[in-house]
Amino acid sequence: MLFDWGFVLEILPTLAQAAVITIEATVVSFVLALVLGLVFALARMSARPYVSLPVGAFVEFIRSTPVLIQIFFLYFVFPQFGVVIPALVAGVMALGLHYSTYCSEVYRAGLENVPRGQWEAATALNLGPMATYRDIILPQAIPPMVPALGNYLVGLFKETPLLSAIAVLELMQTAKIIGSETFRYLEPITLVGVFFLVMSLASAALIRRVEAWLRHRRD
Amino acid sequence: MEPMVRFQGVTKRFGYLTVLKELDLDVAPNEKVAIIGPSGSGKSTLLRVLMTLEPIQEGVIYVDGQPLTHMERNGKLVPADERHLRSVRGKIGMVFQNFNLFPHMTALENCMEAPVRVLGLSKAEAEARAAELLKMVGLDDKMDARPSRLSGGQQQRVAIARALAMRPKVMLFDEVTSALDPELVGEVLNVIRKLGEEHNLTMLMVTHQMGFAREFADRVCFFYDGRIAEQGPPEEFFSNPQNERTRAFLSAVLEAH
Repeated sequence: MLFDWGFVLEILPTLAQAAVITIEATVVSFVLALVLGLVFALARMSARPYVSLPVGAFVEFIRSTPVLIQIFFLYFVFPQFGVVIPALVAGVMALGLHYSTYCSEVYRAGLENVPRGQWEAATALNLGPMATYRDIILPQAIPPMVPALGNYLVGLFKETPLLSAIAVLELMQTAKIIGSETFRYLEPITLVGVFFLVMSLASAALIRRVEAWLRHRRD
Repeated sequence: MEPMVRFQGVTKRFGYLTVLKELDLDVAPNEKVAIIGPSGSGKSTLLRVLMTLEPIQEGVIYVDGQPLTHMERNGKLVPADERHLRSVRGKIGMVFQNFNLFPHMTALENCMEAPVRVLGLSKAEAEARAAELLKMVGLDDKMDARPSRLSGGQQQRVAIARALAMRPKVMLFDEVTSALDPELVGEVLNVIRKLGEEHNLTMLMVTHQMGFAREFADRVCFFYDGRIAEQGPPEEFFSNPQNERTRAFLSAVLEAH
């Protein structure tokens, strides 16, 4: 079986459309992961045990179970309790939730890395919690987090093919459909692989640029 | 005259370790108090509980006639909540041994942050105030520099300006020259001296600079084991210490210099 470039050109537009879904799912999931992760991190660091303990347990639970099970849970189990979620939404929610638990650990490490003296100076200046986080703590905590968060972005991106398991028409699922319709799997699956490779390398380069920019801004 | 700061039976414990033991201390408005003593005697803790960086276990601290660590509820004093702390804490400013400047902000921004966020000053007002204070500490040419570009002495002077920008009535200095190279100590002490002359400020300073304490302070307090072992005007205190522990401490410190 030879690689058929003509067939490649034929399926390229369909795959390109699916690639848009993949990228959309990645971006929305990651934004969700970043926001939820921050909420989890702050809740886990709370001085009130009735906040920090349940949230900590929930984060550990999500982190220690496979994301595929969470995707299935939202898509197949929730409807049995009357909550019907469209496939793409369920997939994005599950991926976002799963990765938010990783992000929350990154945030926690980053926040704990800001020296105590910075918090004390903020207290001595009578800054409220909002201003302390927004103006003092986060600007110092975030730059060192960027490499780790970037890794999770690429990791999440590479896990979006899991959404094919609930028939979201992202790249993998589309390639599978093309394959089953034409009995040619070589080209579509190869193209998907190449797409992920190129995008991952591009994101890694972008993350390095962001890191360099943040470092430059600090001095 | 009502004291500016009053410690009333204040006890501070860290676990089983009692660092301040039923401490009573009154500081008059505009008084300069130097606090000396061996390490672990509780002198830094005294400033930290006054800045509300640490809670106390017993007693009450008053500032400017108002309870600081407590608030009144139905005629009774109950432990203060965060809102009460925020309303009273503004009367106090603190300068730390390690400066604790915000590294991602310029000297000017360091001094503008709290006046804008807490006092609600406009950017322009805060900038004018910050610039004036930085000029007073001799750093008008360093306003746009980040802390990493400044020497230790310069950083500490920015930290003093930053605290003053909130117009506190009480200033706390916690070993502010201990992290400095010896040749930079003078410039910081000069700023503090100038502050004492030109502003109506109550000052409490924990220091190892005996010469400065003697010349600058109205009163010297010697801390030992969580209590004030001896206190008095500097001339008397240094020339004729009564307590044996004071004598031992002073001779050890003065020998080292």
